[in-house]
Amino acid sequence: MEIIMAFVCGFLFMAAIYLILSRSLLRIIIGTGLLSHGAHLLILTMGGLGGSAPPVLAEGVTDFADPIPQALILTAIVIAFGVTAFILVLAYRAYQELQTDDTTAMKGSATDD
Amino acid sequence: MINFLLFPILITFVTGMLLIFFQKNIYVQRTVSLISLGAATICAFFVMLKVQLEGIQSVTFGNWPVPYGITMVADGVSTLLVFTSLLLTFFITWYSFGSIGKAREHFFYYPGIMFILTGINGAFTTGDIFNMFVFFEVLLMSSYLLIVLGGEKKQLRESIQYLLVNIISSALFVITVAYLYSVIGTLSMADISVKIAEINQPGIITTIAVLFLMVFGLKAAIFPLYFWLPSSYSAPPIPVLALFGALLTKVGVYAIMRTYTLFFVHDIAFTHQLLLVFAVLTIVAGCIGALAHFDVKQIIIYNIVIAVGVILFGVAQMNFAALEGAMFYLIHDMLIKAALFMLVGIIIYITGTSDLRKMGGLMKKYPSLGWFYLIAAFGLAGIPPLSGFVGKLLIVQGGFAAGNTWSSIFILASSLIVLLSVIRIFLYAFWGEEGQTVQIHQKTYKQLYYPTVILVILSIAYGVGAEWITPFMDGAARVLTDPSIYVDAVMKGAQP
Repeated sequence: MEIIMAFVCGFLFMAAIYLILSRSLLRIIIGTGLLSHGAHLLILTMGGLGGSAPPVLAEGVTDFADPIPQALILTAIVIAFGVTAFILVLAYRAYQELQTDDTTAMKGSATDD
Repeated sequence: MINFLLFPILITFVTGMLLIFFQKNIYVQRTVSLISLGAATICAFFVMLKVQLEGIQSVTFGNWPVPYGITMVADGVSTLLVFTSLLLTFFITWYSFGSIGKAREHFFYYPGIMFILTGINGAFTTGDIFNMFVFFEVLLMSSYLLIVLGGEKKQLRESIQYLLVNIISSALFVITVAYLYSVIGTLSMADISVKIAEINQPGIITTIAVLFLMVFGLKAAIFPLYFWLPSSYSAPPIPVLALFGALLTKVGVYAIMRTYTLFFVHDIAFTHQLLLVFAVLTIVAGCIGALAHFDVKQIIIYNIVIAVGVILFGVAQMNFAALEGAMFYLIHDMLIKAALFMLVGIIIYITGTSDLRKMGGLMKKYPSLGWFYLIAAFGLAGIPPLSGFVGKLLIVQGGFAAGNTWSSIFILASSLIVLLSVIRIFLYAFWGEEGQTVQIHQKTYKQLYYPTVILVILSIAYGVGAEWITPFMDGAARVLTDPSIYVDAVMKGAQP
């Protein structure tokens, strides 16, 4: 199971890097979304996919999933969510001010500040 | 009081939250933030004394035993850094009264400063690798706010790049922590150190070490990961630039220092050699940039890159002298970079331009500013009685002791280029024909001038009084050279 997940994560990273290297700002942001998905899945996988029960204290359950990676993911997800919201609004503002979403056209010259 | 070491973090955090409620009242914002920064600085000073007298302080939240809870650790290294960053921010905040402008002050500028300090001091103090990631995000989020606040075209353009680089490096950080967790199975830094020593650092751990170097290198701007820094740092206004230049890259440097002296000490021939090569290349890249530009901001920004290289060169030697030198140089560099950015800010304010070729002849009207700039420039280059000397001396001494003769000579030679790059500003701006100046307000000039001058005087005191500071640096270097001191103190702190 871990092998399959490793391939899935690898594919997500590949797609993310391809999108981040493109010129359109929105594609770049979609790439960062895929990148964080890949990272979160990787934490889950690296914690081991063993354990048949969810990590909730209940009668008679001895074989449960590792709770630490789940807590780490939850933290990382909200952080990634906050940052993504910020960069989306930033991209919107940049589009209003600079009239382009092409990152190569955004550079401009040093004089037009 | 066992929680005393948390005070510097808590005070800034609570102040930041309180200031949000007084958004439009600039007077309250200013006084409250100055008072709380002063209080936090005093607390940090007493924590530093306590650590010096009684050894490493640590507290694990919720009274859990050590590897299971989050530990905050105040040792020689982190207390020095916390104290310095609070002290600097006090002066930078004072400086920003005159320079940041009312519009920005109305939109959460001071809460931004408070939260960025919470993140920085938390990252310095934490003893848990994932908690360090969270504190990194706290400081990064506040830095996103500060870099884009104002919404000028240039700021919007550069902050997109800054955000993207940091999002990618944060994802890399998460991935690296995941790998480390799957190999070691713990997140507490002391416990990681013990477990890595038990399995004697197999190849996978060395790979993780290199990944950590990439993650923190992106924050600290080492070669070849420094490409984002010059353009991003030229966007925000001067006080924000001073804050970033003095503190943000140093958090990355501290993280490399910590991981490379606490975790990855069993395959030095590979990891530390790699660090040494990158440090030297970083200095080369920084020197080229510092000489190439005629923009005063860019010259000082490239000097940040050079200093990061020098400090990491010290870390790469892994002996007592070089690590003590690295600590000396780190603190010196934080002080002097803040002072230089503030001085350069005053020059830009007087002349209305950041282009060296349009300036000139400021010495007639502003002699004291000129001489203080010269002192700061000499301090940066490391002329003996001033602050940069002791650190570089010890780093080079450690380099010779470790057998890296040529690269140590190279470090000495790079000082000349540093001196040349900053003296060029002095020659162009203060000597020569009278260049352009703009009409300035005398009161604002004073508001900018006093904090800057006090900071320069502090940096002189740091150099002249090196004798008194040495015991603190000794304490820090002892922790860095011997990981068992750190591990024992943290593990012992757990026993009730």
